[in-house]
Amino acid sequence: MRGKEYMSVARGEATGAAGQAKAAAAKPAAKPAEPQPEPKAPEYKHIGKPTRRVDGREVVTGRAKFTQDVKLQGMLIGKILRSPHAAAEVVSIDLAPALALPGVMAALKLAEGKVRYAGQQVAAVAAVDERTAEKALALVKVDYRTLPYVVDWERARDAAAPQVRDDKPNVEKLNEYSRGDVEKGFAEADVVVEATYRTGVEIHHPTETHGSVAAWEGDHLVVYDSTQNIHGVRDGLARALKVPAPSVTVIKDYMGGGFGSKLSLGDYSVVAADLARQAGRPVKVLLSRRDNAVCVGYRPSSHQTYKVGAKKDGTLVAFSLLNYASGGTAPGDDVAEPVVDVYKCPNCKVEEHTVFTNVGAQRAMRAPGNTQGAFGLEGVMDELAAALDMDPLELRRKNYSTKNQGDTGLPYSTKGLDKCYEQGAKAIGWERRNRRPGERSGTGTVRRGLGVATSIWWGAGVPGTLADVVLYPDMSVEVVCGTQDIGCGTRTHMAVVAAETLGLEPKEITIKLGNTEFPWAPLSGGSLTTPSVAPAVRDAALKAAERLKAVAAARLKVESGDVVMGGRKFSSKTDPAKSASFAEVYRDLRRETSFHGERGGMPGDRYAFNTFGAHFAEVEVDVETGRVRVLKYVAAQDSGQIVNKLTAESQVVGGVTQGLSAGLFEERVLDDATGNVVNPNLRDYKIATSLDIPEIKPIFVDVFDPRINNLGTKGLGEPARVPSSAAIANAVFNAIGVHVREIPMTPPRVLAALKRKESAS
Amino acid sequence: MENKPTKKSLGGVSRRDFIKGLGTGALGTAVLPPLLGQTIVTKKGRVPVYDQKTITLTVNGKKASLVVEANETLLDVLRDKLDLTGAKKVCDRGECGGCTVLLDGAPVYACMYLAIRADGKAVKTVEGLAEGEKLHPVQEAFIEKDGYQCGFCTPGFLMTTSAFLDKNPAPSLDEIKQALSGNLCRCGNYAKIYDAVDAAAKKMKGA
Repeated sequence: MRGKEYMSVARGEATGAAGQAKAAAAKPAAKPAEPQPEPKAPEYKHIGKPTRRVDGREVVTGRAKFTQDVKLQGMLIGKILRSPHAAAEVVSIDLAPALALPGVMAALKLAEGKVRYAGQQVAAVAAVDERTAEKALALVKVDYRTLPYVVDWERARDAAAPQVRDDKPNVEKLNEYSRGDVEKGFAEADVVVEATYRTGVEIHHPTETHGSVAAWEGDHLVVYDSTQNIHGVRDGLARALKVPAPSVTVIKDYMGGGFGSKLSLGDYSVVAADLARQAGRPVKVLLSRRDNAVCVGYRPSSHQTYKVGAKKDGTLVAFSLLNYASGGTAPGDDVAEPVVDVYKCPNCKVEEHTVFTNVGAQRAMRAPGNTQGAFGLEGVMDELAAALDMDPLELRRKNYSTKNQGDTGLPYSTKGLDKCYEQGAKAIGWERRNRRPGERSGTGTVRRGLGVATSIWWGAGVPGTLADVVLYPDMSVEVVCGTQDIGCGTRTHMAVVAAETLGLEPKEITIKLGNTEFPWAPLSGGSLTTPSVAPAVRDAALKAAERLKAVAAARLKVESGDVVMGGRKFSSKTDPAKSASFAEVYRDLRRETSFHGERGGMPGDRYAFNTFGAHFAEVEVDVETGRVRVLKYVAAQDSGQIVNKLTAESQVVGGVTQGLSAGLFEERVLDDATGNVVNPNLRDYKIATSLDIPEIKPIFVDVFDPRINNLGTKGLGEPARVPSSAAIANAVFNAIGVHVREIPMTPPRVLAALKRKESAS
Repeated sequence: MENKPTKKSLGGVSRRDFIKGLGTGALGTAVLPPLLGQTIVTKKGRVPVYDQKTITLTVNGKKASLVVEANETLLDVLRDKLDLTGAKKVCDRGECGGCTVLLDGAPVYACMYLAIRADGKAVKTVEGLAEGEKLHPVQEAFIEKDGYQCGFCTPGFLMTTSAFLDKNPAPSLDEIKQALSGNLCRCGNYAKIYDAVDAAAKKMKGA
């Protein structure tokens, strides 16, 4: 899933039948809401407090079963042969030599006609073990007729470059946006800054590679899939295999990371199902680490040219952005959201193009688009602040907006960005920054600096998400939802909400998730799992609590409205002497009883719902070696009501760390001469290690949103990633007095930037 | 392989055992290089070239004898032949530490260690870290401090940490960072992992 489809989910626009009905009911637009005093968040015992993961013991003992660990009786190992050529016509595929090898049980031809990137699947085999499968793969005979290709996006723009796709030219318009009159705006500006910012290709590289185990039981297919979207994989498989959706069950118990690369059906899952059908035995297909670098996506590159105009006092008057994004055979990311929406600015014009290349298709990666856009926009804001001789934080506050600046113009339901600025600046010691970039010499060859960057994302959650709470007469409580825990702590969040509502402890709640037989929930992407699932669980648990009160009322012979819950018992408000223990009341249920919950709608016609954050970084740069080290980091987030502080902190720490890693180290390198990725492993593709990570302080500003859902909670995973590379880049600018303008900020790029500064002065 | 742990049921894995009696690995080595089974001359004299060898390991305190291929890694043997899937295959080439196990108490990357070299040695995997239901202090600390997210790299971190704290019971933050630098956490939870290692050190001191 990419681009527009992913974005509509990220925004919380309803998907699925239940959701579409809700979306239809939410129209048409009413008058924008008037500002009104904000209600306070309720006092909670568990919600918003740190709660240890309810499945912690499973994980630390190695008992947690990941897709990689699934082993079924009679299971075969499937392997996929991939094209070594960036463009070729597949003339013929001969499977016979592979099938003749003892132990090989099935084989498939996967490519027909053209292959368009190195790493595209061509054939597959299933054999009794991995070694046999590998040998068989080497025996598959493929006759290719190689074709001209282009892997460099800048070369792909040439008229003479080989055409990547048959259906369209290499350059295509991706996005256009305009408000006001930018030419007039720039003419009125006292200061105009123009600069180009580039972001490289960042690969997801989840620790668990993509994979599936497929087993047919008659006409029914059971698939264990390492996925962020069990229902999506179920529906996709049903379509691909031409079977009804209920004939497919998708299970994901534990998963070793995805970061967006596991949001939709993978072709390897279809291969596993087809091989299993052919062999009549279960088949496991796991991709390799190399595969992760060539055929399951990455964050597309961007090349963003900004022009910004401002008055002397810092008031923004015009923005323009021209972007070239490249996502291989798929469109790149639209990066415009930050420039369109973060700051108040009357005139804004955006033009974005995508450039196709003979490289595997990109996939959404943690806050797609906004992350690249934040790097460019926040960079040019800091260069503008320097040109105005203004505090970069002051410039941001000066142009603060309280309503959507884009197409809707709706007021934000809540926006705690001002609090993020204030609390974050205090925590990092913002007054310690260089007043002018690069002005203080520091000691020896080391320069220090501080930077700030702003985050905007969606993360409202999806109306129509379902969850069940089941009460048992033995006082067991089960929460069931067809969502998936991708490492964010969803099991624990469900337990926290149910425990809070039912007066229990989180560890007393049994959680069931990760199975398409359970009630529908959306994919885990777009920072929408918690704001979708937690409100649905709350809804079901509230209904369960009402029933328990009614049962208690019957036992106590009082009116249901007279019953209160507390201290693990139900009592009469009017006669506190009358009470019944939880155990007694649950026993009175006599049978297990299910309560269905649903995440309700939100007034999207009257309010804009977004998440915000402000990140602050302190760095030191060695101007002789070009090496950047991050010394301290503060991440202030407005994600509404936090459900679990402990796992929320981890989300923020992870977002910052990934941003640091992408900002300083990570870059896919392609070889023009062969059309292949030359660093398809974890040694040559650098990922931050423990030696690179400073103290990271997460701050939650706790702005309660009474309209977004019944808990006032918003998403967090992506908001914590959006500004992290940008904050570090701005800190480097503050340290050395020149913006590096390209990530990753490798030592050669830092040194090149310093040279640019030298030659300018 | 009488000591092979019994296969755990994967609760709800399959609605029925629709294929019975089919073992894996029966046809494992269909093609053998010509040298296998012969001897070759080396500096140390003539040595046999194995295709397979029976080795004996002490795995999490239990003895196990089993036949392994000469070029099979310890990781594959643990995961495929002993059903110990705690150690994970992440990079399969010694770059990430996801497969870290202890060999006679020292951490090794099991994906880079040939199983035949482990003959006669004691292997400890994450499954052997707790004593029965009682978690090791390192395990407790990783839960308390939320020292992981997806949990896939966690077994490797736990094994590295337990060996490290045995050698250095009161580490500084810099020593912790150095000790963990051979383990990758793609979710990026290092900052919480430092807290967990620090908390584990304090627990072990108190214990």
